Amino acid sequence: MGHLIGTGPKHAISAEQPTPSSLDLLDPRTRILAVIFFAILTVSLSSLPILMMCLATSLILLFVSRQPIRPTLRRMAAMDGFIIFMLLLLPFTMSGHPLFTVLGFAFTQEGLLKAIEIALKANATILALLVLVGTLEPVIFGHALHRLKTPENLVHLLMFTLRYIGVLHEEYIRLRKAMKMRGFSLTNTLHTYRSIGYLVGMMLIRSIDRSERILAAMKCRSFTGKIHLLSNMRYTMTDAAFAIIGLLLLTIFKSLDFFV
Amino acid sequence: MIPLLELRDINYAYAGRAPVLRGVSMQLTPSERLVISGHNGAGKSTLLRLIVGLLHPTQGTIHAFGAKRTEEKDFYEVRRRAGFVFQDPDDQLFCPTVAEDIAFGPLNLGKTRTQVEKITQDILSSLDLLHLKDRITYKLSGGEKRLISLACVLAMEPDVLLLDEPTNALDERNEARLIEILLSLPQAMVIISHDAAFRTTLATRTQHLHEGVLKPEDSKAEV
Repeated sequence: MGHLIGTGPKHAISAEQPTPSSLDLLDPRTRILAVIFFAILTVSLSSLPILMMCLATSLILLFVSRQPIRPTLRRMAAMDGFIIFMLLLLPFTMSGHPLFTVLGFAFTQEGLLKAIEIALKANATILALLVLVGTLEPVIFGHALHRLKTPENLVHLLMFTLRYIGVLHEEYIRLRKAMKMRGFSLTNTLHTYRSIGYLVGMMLIRSIDRSERILAAMKCRSFTGKIHLLSNMRYTMTDAAFAIIGLLLLTIFKSLDFFV
Repeated sequence: MIPLLELRDINYAYAGRAPVLRGVSMQLTPSERLVISGHNGAGKSTLLRLIVGLLHPTQGTIHAFGAKRTEEKDFYEVRRRAGFVFQDPDDQLFCPTVAEDIAFGPLNLGKTRTQVEKITQDILSSLDLLHLKDRITYKLSGGEKRLISLACVLAMEPDVLLLDEPTNALDERNEARLIEILLSLPQAMVIISHDAAFRTTLATRTQHLHEGVLKPEDSKAEV
């Protein structure tokens, strides 16, 4: 399915054109499964040096995949933004051996180690996810989930979202432009809030109308509740080799963590 | 000749609004291309939706393919045999890829994957669109979307085509292409169109929907 990648104009969903990488040799399902196993293992580890090895594995994957390094790391850092406050507060909230105090709150060694541990786990996992799964064309990702027996409703939800988010976005842009043409600009006034409210309301109503039209069109083509997805994914020797190496590595990490 | 579609004295009103259709009668015979015109909101799209049973008339009867159709399940066969091409291709093309969208109808009809693969191949090559087969539907251009939505309907091998404003948002080149394709198809058609040039090229008969009644185009002057 690699030939699908990179066709057509840029779009709201696949804003970045995935660059071809050696990981494309792997079946998309292998990539998803690999991330799942990797994430479960990483979360179950507790030794800091081993967790660092996990992060190193993710970084090696990043280099091997030949993805642009800076943007990928920037996306990883974006995730850190969500947990940074939790990480900063953790040393103050965990009880243990105090290293110093700030405004009467003790900064504990246990808390610091826990924060480092969580940061390592989160970054190693998210980086592996970005490299292995984030580089898949979203539609192919959906197909792979379907082949992995993900509940159909969830896959369809993803597929419909992928299909229509662009249509809705265009509708939003059209409405927004029409507002601009009539001299509307965002200010901190009641008029702005009301107008934006109308815009959002209109978008919702239009979406409902559209969903009804889509269902009507589906009925006209004898829809009975089942959507068939066509895909021709095949596991190859490359997938087998990747799986063996991966599992070996994960076993080594897990046993090292056990003995350390 | 037995008409493919026959509507008798159809009345329809959307809830809480004045009736849009007040006694529409219409027939469609094989290999006929009936073009229906009418101003915005005259009820043209409503008429097509009634034919395939997406809406049910408040009064009047619908006969299609030799049987009277009243209940939802009566219309299953009608929907299979009367291919409806919607006004906005974005409503119709909902599958991720073109091949899947074309396969959607035939798979619903219980065709096997091999049969469907062949149908897809045949339809696309007959419309000269084979290069779009593995494209992702949301990345197609407006003209391509229109032609693919037609292909999706043709894949179900309908006896009748119902087209709602098919030239909407098409440029001249794509419109000429669409006319060429429609002229080459054997199916009887009901086409809704404002486009006068499009009408004269395609229609074997034209009717005008005005004040809820369908009349032959030439009587328009009297109205």
